[in-house]
Amino acid sequence: MKPENAKLEPTKPVAHDARGIAKVALGVVFAAFLLGFAMVPIYRIACEHVLGIRMSGEAADAAQVALMTEDKSRTIAVEFVANVNSKLPWTFKPENARIEIHPGALTEVWFDASNLSDAAIVGNAVPSVAPAEASPFFNKTECFCFTEQTLDAGESRRMPVRFVVDPQLPKETKTLTLSYTFYANELATKQLSVVPVPVAGVAKN
Amino acid sequence: MAHAAVHDAHNDTHDHKPQGFLNRWLFTTNHKDIGTLYLVFALVMFFTGGSMAMVIRAELFEPGMQLVQPEFFNQMTTIHALVMIFGAVMPAFVGLGNWMIPLQIGAPDMALPRMNNWSFWILPFAFVLLLSTLFMNGGGPQGGWTLYPPLALQGGNSIAFVIFAIHMMGISSIMGAINIIATILNMRAPGMDLLKMPIFTWSWLITAFLLIAVMPVLAGAVTMLLTDKYFGTSFFNAAGGGDPVMFQHIFWFFGHPEVYIMILPAFGIVSEIIPTFSRKPLFGYQAMIYAVASIAFLSFIVWAHHMFSVGMPLGGELYFMYATMLIAIPTGVKVFNWVTTMWEGSLTFETPMLFAIAFVILFTIGGFSGLMLAIVPADFQYHDTYFVVAHFHYVLVTGAVFAIMASVYYWLPKWSGNMYSERWGKIHFWMSVISVNVLFFPQHFLGLAGMPRRIPDYNVAFADFNMISSIGGFWFGLSQLLFVGVIVHAVYFSKNRATSQVWEGAKGLEWTVPSPAPHHTFTVPPVIDDSMLAHGDVTH
Repeated sequence: MKPENAKLEPTKPVAHDARGIAKVALGVVFAAFLLGFAMVPIYRIACEHVLGIRMSGEAADAAQVALMTEDKSRTIAVEFVANVNSKLPWTFKPENARIEIHPGALTEVWFDASNLSDAAIVGNAVPSVAPAEASPFFNKTECFCFTEQTLDAGESRRMPVRFVVDPQLPKETKTLTLSYTFYANELATKQLSVVPVPVAGVAKN
Repeated sequence: MAHAAVHDAHNDTHDHKPQGFLNRWLFTTNHKDIGTLYLVFALVMFFTGGSMAMVIRAELFEPGMQLVQPEFFNQMTTIHALVMIFGAVMPAFVGLGNWMIPLQIGAPDMALPRMNNWSFWILPFAFVLLLSTLFMNGGGPQGGWTLYPPLALQGGNSIAFVIFAIHMMGISSIMGAINIIATILNMRAPGMDLLKMPIFTWSWLITAFLLIAVMPVLAGAVTMLLTDKYFGTSFFNAAGGGDPVMFQHIFWFFGHPEVYIMILPAFGIVSEIIPTFSRKPLFGYQAMIYAVASIAFLSFIVWAHHMFSVGMPLGGELYFMYATMLIAIPTGVKVFNWVTTMWEGSLTFETPMLFAIAFVILFTIGGFSGLMLAIVPADFQYHDTYFVVAHFHYVLVTGAVFAIMASVYYWLPKWSGNMYSERWGKIHFWMSVISVNVLFFPQHFLGLAGMPRRIPDYNVAFADFNMISSIGGFWFGLSQLLFVGVIVHAVYFSKNRATSQVWEGAKGLEWTVPSPAPHHTFTVPPVIDDSMLAHGDVTH
C-alpha cells in the first residue's frame, strides 16, 4: 500500500502482511503436493484395512493355513482366468476353467504358459481375486506369481497354484474368481541379454 | 464520494500508464492490464479449443470416417479439453478476478503484483508446449485429458510435453490463487468486512483455496506418470505391483474440486448480475456464501463418483452416491436464491441479464443430469457415453462460459469506457442460447441410447441426432464470432460513452470509479457506506 494510506486509520487493523499470507499459502501448496504422493500408501491402507481387500501378492502364513479344517458341508466354485498383456508374446491358460471345492481343503491347480517368441523373456503374473471383499479369505501357499518366470524361446511350462479357501468365507459367497495377467518384465528381460546365463526353472532374484 | 473527485482530477492530468508496448504489457504489474491479458489469452484459447471442437463435430456429422484419422480425432478430443479447461475457462476467471477483486474491495492493486505478472506470462509458454505436440512426429496426446494410465503412457513422448505443460499451468494458477487470497485477506478497504464483501469476491476467495489445495495434487499425479514412463517406477504399472485405478483416485481427488473451480466464480458473477437487473439486493447473501463454502467442502469427498464402474466395494459406491447427491442441497439453495432475487423485482433484460438467466436455467439442467449420473445403478448405463458429454457441457458451456460472457457484457463498459451494442449483444445471446441447446441437448439421447464418447465413428442408429448436434455445433461456433465483433466494436469504435454507474441498478465499489477505470484506482482507500453494497444491509 502507498504511504498516504497510513494517515487513514483503518477501522479494523490488518492482521497479516501479504508476504506472510503468501508464505502460509505456499505451505498449503507444498503439503498438498506431498498429499498427492501420500495417497499411494493411503490407498493401500484403505484397501487393506477399511475395505478388506488383500493387496499383497505374498504367500499365506503356512501355520495359519494349517489350522484351517475342511468344511465338507459347503461347496464353492472357484473359477480361473488367465490373461496376457499385449506386449508379451506368450500364451497362458488354466488347465481347468472351473472347479468345485470345500472351504478349508488344500487344492492344487495348474496353469500352462508358452513363450511364442524366439527369445527368452521374463514375465510377472499379477493376481486378482473377485469379489474383492473375499480376497482376504483366499490363501495361496504356492504360486508362480510369487516370483518372476523366465521362459526360453519356444519353451512351455506347467505351473502350479496351491491354495486354501478360509472356511470363514462369508456364506453369501458361492463363487470365487482367481484371475492372473502376465506382463513382460522388460527390465529383467534386458538383463538376461546382458548376462546370458542359461536359465532353467524358476528364476530367483 | 470525495475520493472519486480526487480520481477524476488525478486522471485528467496523467494516467501513469507505462510507455511502450513491452513496458505496458510484458513487464506490467498492474492488475487491470494483467486482467486484460488473461481475458484476451482466454478468448484466443476459446477459439483454439473451439476450432478443435469443430473438427470433432465435422467428423461426427455422419457415421463412417470422413475427414480425419482416428489418431488425430483422439488428439482433438484430448487437447480440446485441456485447452478449454486450463486455457479458456480458468484464465478467464483469473482475469476477471484480477480486474474486479481490487475494484470490488477498494484495493489499489493485487497484493503481490510481480508474482501476478509471472503467473500470467507462464501460461503462453505452457500452451506453446502443449500445442507444439500437434506438429511433432507421432502427434499430440491421444489418451483423453484425464491421462489415465496405462493408455496415456502407451503413446509417444507427447505425454512428457503434456505433463510439463500441466506443471506450468498448475504453477500459474497456484500463484494466481495465492495472490487472490493475499489480496482479499490483506487489502480490503477499511470497513469492507469479510461479510460485506461482494459475492463475486467471496466466490473467488473460496475458489482460490480449492486451487491451492488440489492443483499440487494434480502436479503430483502427473509427476508419477512421468516417472512411471521414463524412470522405471511402478506407481500405476500393474506389472510392477502398482495399480492403474489408484491414478483415477488421485486424479479425481484433484478433478472434482477442479470442476467446482470452474463453476464457483460463475456463481459469483451471476449473483452480481441478477440483483443489478432486478434492482433488488441479492436474496440470502450469507446463505449464498455458506452454500458456496459447503459445495467447496463437499467437492473433496465425492471424487469416486467419476469411477463407479472400476469395481468399487458396494459400501464405497453407496457412500459416494449419497455424498454426491448431498451437493444438490447447497446448489438448490443458490438456484432458489437467484430466482427469489428476481421475484417481484423491476427486471430489465440487457445482454448480461439474459446470459445470467440462461445460466440459471441451463446450469440447472446440467445439475439435474449430474444427479442422474450420481445414481450408481444408472451410472453403469451412462458411464463413458454421450450422456456424460452432454452433462458436463451443460455445466461448463452454458454454465461457466455463459457466466464469463455475461460478466464481459456486464463489466466491459467499466473496462473500456464504452457501451457495447445492445442490439448485437442480444443477437449474440439468442444465437448462442438456441444453438448451444441444438448442439448439446440431443447428446443426452445419444448417450441414453448407448453411444460411447471419444469415438470418431459410430453406429448408423445414432446418425440423425449426431447431425443435429453438429449443425448446432457449427452454429454455436460461428455465433461466437459475433462476440468478438461486439467486443472489438465496443472497445475501439463505440461512440456511446459509459457513465461511472453504467447500469441503473448497479451497486458496489467498482461502479464508483470512472469508466473506463483509470490505470490506478483506490490509491486512497474509499470510505465505505453500506448502501453502496450490492447485497444491501447485511448487518441484520
